[in-house]
Amino acid sequence: MAAQHTITIKAGGSEKDYWKDLWMHRQLLWILSKRDISVRYKQTLLGVAWSVLRPFMTMTVMVFVFSYVAKIDSDPGIPYPLMVLSGLTIWTFFSNTFQQISNSILLNSNLVSKVYFPRLLMPLSSIAVGFVDFLIALGIFIVLTPFFDYTISWQIIYIPFFVLLTFITSMGFGLFFAVLNVRFRDIGQLIPFLIQVGMYILPVAYPSSLVKDTWFEKYYNLNPLVGIIGGFRWCLLGEKSYFNPQSLYSTVIISFLILVLSLIYFRRKENTFVDHI
Amino acid sequence: MPVIVAENISKKYIIDHQRKSGSSSLRDVVTDTVDKIFPRKKAQDGFSEKEEFWALKDINFSIDQGDRIGIVGHNGAGKSTLLKILSRITEPSTGQIKIEGRIASLLEVGTGFHPELTGRENIFLNGAILGMNKSEIRESFDAIVDFAGVEKFLDTPVKRYSSGMYVRLGFAIAAHLNPEILIVDEVLAVGDTEFQKKCLGKMRDVSESGRTLIFVSHNLTAIQALCNKAFYFEKGRLIDQGETTHIVTNYLSKVSHKSLEKHWDNIESAPGNDQVRVKSFKLFPEYQDDLTHIDVRTPINFQFEFWNMEEGANLNLSMHLYTFTGECIFNVGTQSESFAKGLVSATCELPGNFLNDGSYVVSMMIVKDTSTVLYNMEEALVFDIEDYRENVTWYGKWPGYIRPQLNFSIRQTEHVVND
Repeated sequence: MAAQHTITIKAGGSEKDYWKDLWMHRQLLWILSKRDISVRYKQTLLGVAWSVLRPFMTMTVMVFVFSYVAKIDSDPGIPYPLMVLSGLTIWTFFSNTFQQISNSILLNSNLVSKVYFPRLLMPLSSIAVGFVDFLIALGIFIVLTPFFDYTISWQIIYIPFFVLLTFITSMGFGLFFAVLNVRFRDIGQLIPFLIQVGMYILPVAYPSSLVKDTWFEKYYNLNPLVGIIGGFRWCLLGEKSYFNPQSLYSTVIISFLILVLSLIYFRRKENTFVDHI
Repeated sequence: MPVIVAENISKKYIIDHQRKSGSSSLRDVVTDTVDKIFPRKKAQDGFSEKEEFWALKDINFSIDQGDRIGIVGHNGAGKSTLLKILSRITEPSTGQIKIEGRIASLLEVGTGFHPELTGRENIFLNGAILGMNKSEIRESFDAIVDFAGVEKFLDTPVKRYSSGMYVRLGFAIAAHLNPEILIVDEVLAVGDTEFQKKCLGKMRDVSESGRTLIFVSHNLTAIQALCNKAFYFEKGRLIDQGETTHIVTNYLSKVSHKSLEKHWDNIESAPGNDQVRVKSFKLFPEYQDDLTHIDVRTPINFQFEFWNMEEGANLNLSMHLYTFTGECIFNVGTQSESFAKGLVSATCELPGNFLNDGSYVVSMMIVKDTSTVLYNMEEALVFDIEDYRENVTWYGKWPGYIRPQLNFSIRQTEHVVND
């Protein structure tokens, strides 16, 4: 093993072995993910129950505010609570992972300054917690559906595709913010605000059909999350839920483009994180 | 065969004089960028806010397989920056390093320990962070627990550990790494003496097994005991490298903040008053074995000369020796005698094997009629005594102000006869 293991350290980083290195550290990825999950609810009374309670309570509040107070309608034939919960499930997955990724380097700054491993492991491992929460929320959704006299659509088999797409999008935005966050702590202030705004401008509490045939629909659909939320809802609730497949093209293209750009940015900056932390 | 070859390594930092923390705020960057595009007239004094600082400059070296390199230098000489570059934590601004073999660096004990996780979980976490894979950790798990002595607390969160247990567990994991190249930074500064002993023993094992070791420490005794070669860094440059004893001696002769002699030729400008003026105060060490620094074995002679300007004055001298932190170790005085006008000189012999290693300050008092202080020359001389040990396998700081060699013997007084 000794003879083959040669590394070159120089200004600008050692590009060619990076992905091999990342692969060699896959066990660390698993261990870091496990760490984040297992410390999540340490020293709480309710423990994992929080993962069930939180989305449930948010849904209840939203149903009350938007459906009973603001009287927003769902797409015809779809119970409003299910529409909100489906949107909320995927949106929470996105916003959690996005936030975790953006903070991942700073939260692990003790590691960054003391030991080497491909820095990409930190954002990657920070996804685990959000993903577990997502699975729980999805479980709640499936359990609740019969109570509203509704059956889950067969299109649920497409869910992995939308989950992957969410993952790619949150990684794309998150990596970019993670790098900025190391240099500018302003980002830490900005992120909760962005998430709050996102929740209102995206079709989380209302169906995307409300935007249909408006002059800004074209631009609205450029936001990759519009396609993701619409598509996810379509997977769970079936054809009754409005989903414009057109928006999927732009979603996929834009998500990938952002991911590639932010990966390049991340790679260029990662070797000097420690100098700014 | 060289396992590490470094060519022209430099590392530049930008020091920002205005801001205290390393991370600047977005506003600063926006204003700076605006300034760049539309240059404004800067303040007239020409004071620049940003300054380049070369933590390392043009470093070249090569390290062979099995070398044990000790790195010495002042704080801020660039030692830690070099370790960070070698461990790939940060990258150099220029130059390149080729490393052959698996490298593990230990810049801190217990890197990445999570306080909420148990000892068991942290062994796997920390091991993985340091680059061990799961099977390697499993293999050495029992040895790690044993070395750290934490069997009973394996399933307790480490936040409940005493600081000693925490450090022991951290080192135990690191000690069971099996890299071809091991980088260690000043871990010996932590932990109790018992633990330091264990650490050094383990590092000795590493070095004896033919692996390559790079070791930064202010503990020169440990460096001399463990390393066969040393690098001497000063102000970001590698100013000397070679055989350990040679480098350490060179380093010591430069670092000691000593003033071993003071003298005045002109009586008018000499310190003192109308009655007495100091001519000289000198210190003559009897160096051992061609050394050029004082160690605990070295006898030291003090020589003091002054002009007496009052005929028939009854004078005596009183010398104080202080540690660098100001505790008085002793005070010795001469007999009081009557002196004619002219030069008076005194000597004092301080035997070897008497003071402990450390920095010392001497002051000299000229006293009239055994009661009136005519002149007190405070902090007149400053000197360092370095550590020296023989046949001892323990390298921690020797306790105490003095380190005398006394008649202390041990013998068997009774045999237990087995039947």
